[in-house]
Amino acid sequence: MDSTDLAIIGAGPAGLAAAATVAGTGASVVLLDEQPLPGGQIYRGVEMVQMLRPKTFGFFGPEFAAGADLAKALRGSAVDYRPGSVVWDVSPDLVLHYSRDGRSRGLAARHVLIASGALERPVPIPGWTLPGVMTVGALQILLKADALVPRVPAVLAGAGPLLLLLAVQYLRAGAPPTAIVETVPKDAYRRSARHLPQALRGWRSLLKGRGWMRELARAGVPWYRGCTGLRVEGGDRAEALAFDHDGGRRRIAADVIALHQGVVPNTQLTRLVGCAHDWDSGQRCFRPRLDAWQASTVEGIWVAGDGGGIAGAKAAEWQGRLAGLAIAGRLGRLDERDRDRQAAPLRTALARELAVRPLLDALYHPSPEVLCPADDVIVCRCEEVTAGRVREAVRLGCPGPNQAKSFLRCGMGPCQGRLCGLTVTEIIARERGLDPAEIGSYRIRPPLKPLPLAELAALDDEAEAPV
Amino acid sequence: MTAPDPAVGRAVATADVLVVGGGLHGCSAALHCARNGLSVIVVEKDTVGRHASGVNAGGVRRLGRAIAEIPLSLAAMEIWHRIADLVDDDCGFRPAPQIKVAETDTQMQALADRAAMLRDLGYAHETVLDRDELFRLLPAVSQHCVGGLASLGDGFADPYRTTAAFRRKAERLGVRVLEGCAALGVEVRQGGFRLRTAGGPLDGGILVNCGGAWAGAIAAQLGEPVPVEPIAPMMLVTSRLPPFCRAVVGAAGRPLSFKQMDNGTVVIGGGRRGTIDAGGNATRLRLGELAKTARTASEIFPIVGRAEIVRGWAGIEGRMPDDLPVIGPSSTTDGAYHAFGFSAHGFQLGPVVGSALADLIVGRRPDLPLAPFRIGRFSASIASTAPGGAPPPTDRCV
Repeated sequence: MDSTDLAIIGAGPAGLAAAATVAGTGASVVLLDEQPLPGGQIYRGVEMVQMLRPKTFGFFGPEFAAGADLAKALRGSAVDYRPGSVVWDVSPDLVLHYSRDGRSRGLAARHVLIASGALERPVPIPGWTLPGVMTVGALQILLKADALVPRVPAVLAGAGPLLLLLAVQYLRAGAPPTAIVETVPKDAYRRSARHLPQALRGWRSLLKGRGWMRELARAGVPWYRGCTGLRVEGGDRAEALAFDHDGGRRRIAADVIALHQGVVPNTQLTRLVGCAHDWDSGQRCFRPRLDAWQASTVEGIWVAGDGGGIAGAKAAEWQGRLAGLAIAGRLGRLDERDRDRQAAPLRTALARELAVRPLLDALYHPSPEVLCPADDVIVCRCEEVTAGRVREAVRLGCPGPNQAKSFLRCGMGPCQGRLCGLTVTEIIARERGLDPAEIGSYRIRPPLKPLPLAELAALDDEAEAPV
Repeated sequence: MTAPDPAVGRAVATADVLVVGGGLHGCSAALHCARNGLSVIVVEKDTVGRHASGVNAGGVRRLGRAIAEIPLSLAAMEIWHRIADLVDDDCGFRPAPQIKVAETDTQMQALADRAAMLRDLGYAHETVLDRDELFRLLPAVSQHCVGGLASLGDGFADPYRTTAAFRRKAERLGVRVLEGCAALGVEVRQGGFRLRTAGGPLDGGILVNCGGAWAGAIAAQLGEPVPVEPIAPMMLVTSRLPPFCRAVVGAAGRPLSFKQMDNGTVVIGGGRRGTIDAGGNATRLRLGELAKTARTASEIFPIVGRAEIVRGWAGIEGRMPDDLPVIGPSSTTDGAYHAFGFSAHGFQLGPVVGSALADLIVGRRPDLPLAPFRIGRFSASIASTAPGGAPPPTDRCV
């Protein structure tokens, strides 16, 4: 089996920063990423945009250029970069299995950095499974990767900075959204104000957000605030978004409806390996328990970036470098003093990035109807299990997500609960009157993502992990 | 049963019967004891059906049973075909042929010999399939297969749903099930037992040990240590495929258990084993071994080569050296009974073993031969620490 000092999963800002840091000390680094190009979601296809569509490069803002720098550093480094790799197992003894070009291979590592980022929080509202309903993140990927906007104007609904960013980008691209339907409660602005003094340390982010809001207002994009009771209407496909606003019911016709309720750490890998996780009540999600050097509770497994808790692209980069320094230290490539000296400015920068988070978490707290949807709403899309059936299972004595899985098959489909996991945990917690921390989450089993049976059948015996 | 719950009160809870282990056998024993008018408490260290009972392949199989198990298996099959009468739930049971496929003439001869031997013993449930009959029943089976052995009136069920149904029915009959309540030790007292548990002490006149892979600890405390080995048989499930197989299929020459569920997914197992974590309560898959299972499946059913694997898993089960379970009274202590070590083929026997235990407990003679399963059969080999003495391994297809 192939082996390396460090295996990194994910070539976003955290993975790229860590790769450059560790490879720079002479250690061997293998960087595995699902995408064909480096950059992760935030800097998706940054090299291609720069090369093929240089005029649109500035469109994504000066932050996007930071991605180009990270990608450039990768190309000039000794990192063994393997794009198009889907990691489908990581064992606690640090053996990875991944699929690339239709073949699965094993890789033994001395350290593993999980930098697999975030995923959008699922938005289970009535009608969210109809064709025509997408996520804001998906639309932004189409915009970044292929310069595509919907042929018909979209309604953007939900909450979070990404929602506003996409609205602004659509506006600048000449395809203003039909409306923004914001679910942030009206009093959230007032309630979150107490976080403002601390958030001012991250004033750049705040100014950016304020600029977006002004731009959208100037352009006259209809903006409904404090909306509740969102429902996608339609027969075979989405036709309209209905919602309660200012004491009345509104209905906006739309063929494309983009939903968003913020992003949450993708914990599938850290769950699979068996890392301890804590419930983050501010962000309503689980996050792996990490120390100040980004080490998880499993020896040799490190986590950097949004996969360890949502903090954004710059924070991911600083965390990636911090983890990289610590790993280089553990590999004997960096003495403690150098490690600490190089880490100090990173910690300062990281603290500045994190300063704005409590404000954002308070302001963009996911709406209750999304956290605990009504009985008739599908929560597990793979197996079409409704919230009502989860509640019924709890009444029959089902204590947690893993029993719900066995009762109902929720979380047993191809996504292995990536999409329904948090919702099922929240519903069971609410029904049982317990904290989600006590309820826990699905056990994750290999393969992490569907794997052709023929590919497993062809797996070399020598790929077997040492027992 | 008037004392307060041990989880909340200091007082000692009591019941006629204390069952250790909330798997299918524990829940079935509790259910049958309750039907006989006894008060019962079940203690389970995790949650009901957490291990082998909830995550096994769900085969409801008479085919290929060890001779000693056949009477139990036949009796259990009767119950399975009307399982809702017992537990008010159909347990996801689907009648389906169980077929063991022969890939060579030598294997075919061995299957025919087995069928002939069973006929001589008076059993008619296993029948030989020639090549044409095999392909009629399994149109998607690989062309190289030459025939098979079938038990046409068998089936499969949903293991977790089954265990949960037994538990719920038992609870409706008054049984108390304490989850997250590990048995820590047992003390033999006059007229019964005191069980120390994570939730406090419990007193009972009768003790039933259905602890599966963990049953050895209770047996040892009763002065009858047994060589029960924890194993973790692995399974895979694929994405949905169009219907192509309506039987549960095994192979004569290699480990395989293969079935397509109503929803189109294919569940593949067969007994290749994963590893058990140091803590003894969680499993890891051995991918090299799992690859062999995938190879076997795609060689016998080429259509699944195109399928995607959605998930693999393993459940912890207790295995005995002779692959026969331990069922019956303790050899050292009056009032104690065992049912464990089903060696990866206990699911089908669940409904009937609990019934036999309840018969023993109330002093009725069970109408099933339990002698081959007595716990005392290991005392010689334990005493001499020699691996010999136990009968040779029997067929242990899941």
